[in-house]
Amino acid sequence: MDQGDELSADGTTGTRGRRVARSRLSRLRPALGVLPFGVYLLIFLVVPTVTVVLGAFAEEGRPSLTNLAGLAEGSVLTALANSIAVSAVTALIGGVVGALAAYAVVTGAPDGALRRLVTSICGVLAQFGGVTLAFAFIATLGISGVVSTWLDAHLGTSLTSSVWLFGLKGLVLVYAYFQIPLMVIVFLPALDGIRVQWREAASSLGASTWQYWRHVALPLLAPAFLGSLLLLFANSFAAYATAAALVSQGSPIIPLWIRSALTSEVVLGRQNFAYALALEMIVVVALVMTGYSLLVRRTARWVR
Amino acid sequence: MTPQRAAHARLVTFRVVVLGLVGLFFVVPLLSMLDFSTRNFLTSGRTGAAWTKLVTDPNLSGAIVTSLVLAVLTVVLMLVLLVPTMIWVRLRVAWAARPLEFLCLLPLTVPPLVIVVGLKNVVLWLNYLFGDTPYVLALLYVVLVLPYAYRSLDAGLSAIDVTTLAEAARSLGAGWATVIVRVIVPNLTTALLSAAFISIALVLGEFTFASLLNYDTLQVAINLQSKSDAQESVAASLASILFAALLLVVLSVVSGGRGRRTARRPAGRAAMTTGSPAPSAPTSA
Repeated sequence: MDQGDELSADGTTGTRGRRVARSRLSRLRPALGVLPFGVYLLIFLVVPTVTVVLGAFAEEGRPSLTNLAGLAEGSVLTALANSIAVSAVTALIGGVVGALAAYAVVTGAPDGALRRLVTSICGVLAQFGGVTLAFAFIATLGISGVVSTWLDAHLGTSLTSSVWLFGLKGLVLVYAYFQIPLMVIVFLPALDGIRVQWREAASSLGASTWQYWRHVALPLLAPAFLGSLLLLFANSFAAYATAAALVSQGSPIIPLWIRSALTSEVVLGRQNFAYALALEMIVVVALVMTGYSLLVRRTARWVR
Repeated sequence: MTPQRAAHARLVTFRVVVLGLVGLFFVVPLLSMLDFSTRNFLTSGRTGAAWTKLVTDPNLSGAIVTSLVLAVLTVVLMLVLLVPTMIWVRLRVAWAARPLEFLCLLPLTVPPLVIVVGLKNVVLWLNYLFGDTPYVLALLYVVLVLPYAYRSLDAGLSAIDVTTLAEAARSLGAGWATVIVRVIVPNLTTALLSAAFISIALVLGEFTFASLLNYDTLQVAINLQSKSDAQESVAASLASILFAALLLVVLSVVSGGRGRRTARRPAGRAAMTTGSPAPSAPTSA
């Protein structure tokens, strides 16, 4: 194809101009190969994102701030607060439990069967969200769930007559099911970076186990841990399917507000309100992910 | 010696307790699903009725077929769009490598829920072109599987010397199409398999796009069916979990066997530093 480019130069321009044109042409000709994929991305990724951002600032085809103003309404603000609370709590639970599990794994044989098993199971479970996960917990702790029935019969609880699973508390518990494995996956590399020699050095200098953790290991792990928490936060903030299957009525969190804005077309009397909600979601996730990548860069400095 | 042994014993106890409790949290819901879906609530015995309905109930079996066809369509479309582009970028358009990576990983940070809000107009236009069929979802699903497919393929391409292979083939007179299809692609089998498997698993678990665009895929049907028969929904959920888990375990065996032979550490670090490991999948699922 290179040779083809050389031959196809036309004779209308001067030698110099022709060479420039030719070099530009030979630079651009191969780029045509990425055009189909580029067009695909443009239609199915860039256009939707731009639609959301522009749509949030428009109403009935004209620039307007009414949709963004709608975000400040009481019930929407409550939903935002709930979303943030659920995400923060699940990130914290998932982060702490996941970090403990990762530590339990990493203290074993570095290439052992346990580690391989746990990492591949976590890989599967971190992908496992949505409707199926909701039903897993409905079968376990729902109104006629296996565990809730057993607990009611043996420990005198009243789980079978309660709907807590279908509210915010339920969401926190169910989200933990994919947050913990995700934490294990992202935190293992950071724990791998902790060298045995550091512990030996600390104890040869007379440090106790507590002092080692307090002054050596925890400060080193802190950026990676905080970064992972942010990742888990974003993961939970953007999760939709699990909540949609679990909470069939009302919109306690932002993703479910987006559902009602999309399915009922006009919420609060505004056509484009879904765009404003989606923009709010983009902004929150983008902020969190920026913090995440800053912390990861910090971690990368010493995890070698 | 004794304090060391005591410390070791403490560590072992810690590991057993933590892994045991966490394992319990993950196993109990799965076992409960099995128990719940085979329970006979009338006679307190066992029944396989909910499981046989997976095949006999037309609502569900229809949705299963739709989802499987969608999975195949998505894989084909993804491979056709992504593989030649990624090879071509490596060979001829090196300046496009970074933008390509950025765009392919973008769906990890833009939640699927946001994409589907923005896609309403595109879908109207697709319905105009192709009619109101659920299979237009395949075009949208490629975006969802993009980051995962990109990572698998990128790892595969990095493991072979694409440029040398291409130069050798070219010097023997092969055209670019021959280079891509008959020289490079056969060297990517593992990467292609893992990209395909993870895409199938994601498509079969997808709910957000399908439900908000009103198409009856497997997950949407499971959710609807729960209103009339919770046991059937639970059985279908467990079946789809087991199927996806099987796919992903096969995948980790296929790609793990190769990954372990090359150094393990750098792979782990890459997962941390590329910024976005396997997250957001639950959000898409």
